[in-house]
Amino acid sequence: MTNETKLRVPISRADHSQGSPDAPLILLEYGDYECSYCGKAYRVIRHLQQTLKNDLRFVFRNFPLASLHPNAMVAAQAAESAGLQGQFWEMHDILYRNQDSLDLDSLTNYATILDLDLTKFLEGMERSEVEEKIRQDIYGGARSGVNGTPNFFVNGSRFDDDWSYESLLSFLNDLRSQPSRKAPKKKAA
Amino acid sequence: MELLKEGAIAPAFCLPSIPGQKVCLSEFRGKNVILAFYPADWSSVCGDELAVFNEILPVFKTHNAELLGISVDNTWCHLAFQQSRKFLFQLLSDFEPKGYVARQYGAYDERRGVCSRALFLIDGQGIIRWSYLSPLGVNPGADGILNALELLNANQATKKKEDKAA
Repeated sequence: MTNETKLRVPISRADHSQGSPDAPLILLEYGDYECSYCGKAYRVIRHLQQTLKNDLRFVFRNFPLASLHPNAMVAAQAAESAGLQGQFWEMHDILYRNQDSLDLDSLTNYATILDLDLTKFLEGMERSEVEEKIRQDIYGGARSGVNGTPNFFVNGSRFDDDWSYESLLSFLNDLRSQPSRKAPKKKAA
Repeated sequence: MELLKEGAIAPAFCLPSIPGQKVCLSEFRGKNVILAFYPADWSSVCGDELAVFNEILPVFKTHNAELLGISVDNTWCHLAFQQSRKFLFQLLSDFEPKGYVARQYGAYDERRGVCSRALFLIDGQGIIRWSYLSPLGVNPGADGILNALELLNANQATKKKEDKAA
């Protein structure tokens, strides 16, 4: 609100990031593993990554809305815990491809598929640093005006427009050729 | 009527929360209160707005702030909504006379017959310290409230220091 459209928490080493650190385009998502729109966004982002290759860096931050999605928090903990064993993105992929099965049994099953140390995985989900990281993601998101999921920031500015593949690709392509361009603001619904 | 602004005395109220139970603003003297007026239970934008607030609740608590949601829905509707969404804050029912409290805060949408999407921060002395009216259909998020809470706490800390010095 109050027209705050900038990312308040800069990207750091604590963030999960894919693609070249020197990429001219940085797409950051605040997402929830159980939110169906985020599932749609997951496929859009994969497609963009294939198209834009080294020109795109993608960063994912947690914004689980537990009151709407009962498994969103455990799913986020599972991804972060897999991250402690170096497999955040592998778990991220499995979660978004299996959004209907995010209960603890399913999460344990995914950890087995990824060949994670199961004891460490389950212990990691409960670790205070994992919980704290998710809380910090949520708080930082709220400070940047995130009001639902998915929420996108492109090169540090809120992107509130249509996030279909075509729309995002055309915006990113334009931004690459004219870096001074600003993200469009959403019209009031 | 216009939305009540910073500096105004927050109109007192007692409203039903769950069936058979009332919540009065005066119970929160000494605490900061966030009032979130919203049009209706169950609609998706409100759901998201309150869902975001629910996640930020621990941060509100660290600012000594209590969150109260208010709409014109009745208590049974609130109860079902609250249980379904597992909200950890109270929802109050401005049901009879309809919108009476919302009107006093200038947060009633006469044309649609529902509360506007409006936010108020009330300090421990019952004074409105910040208010905000969202455009229809726009989820305001929590950033505005967090800014207002930080400012309020900073001012209170300065005042305490001054009082001590005096």
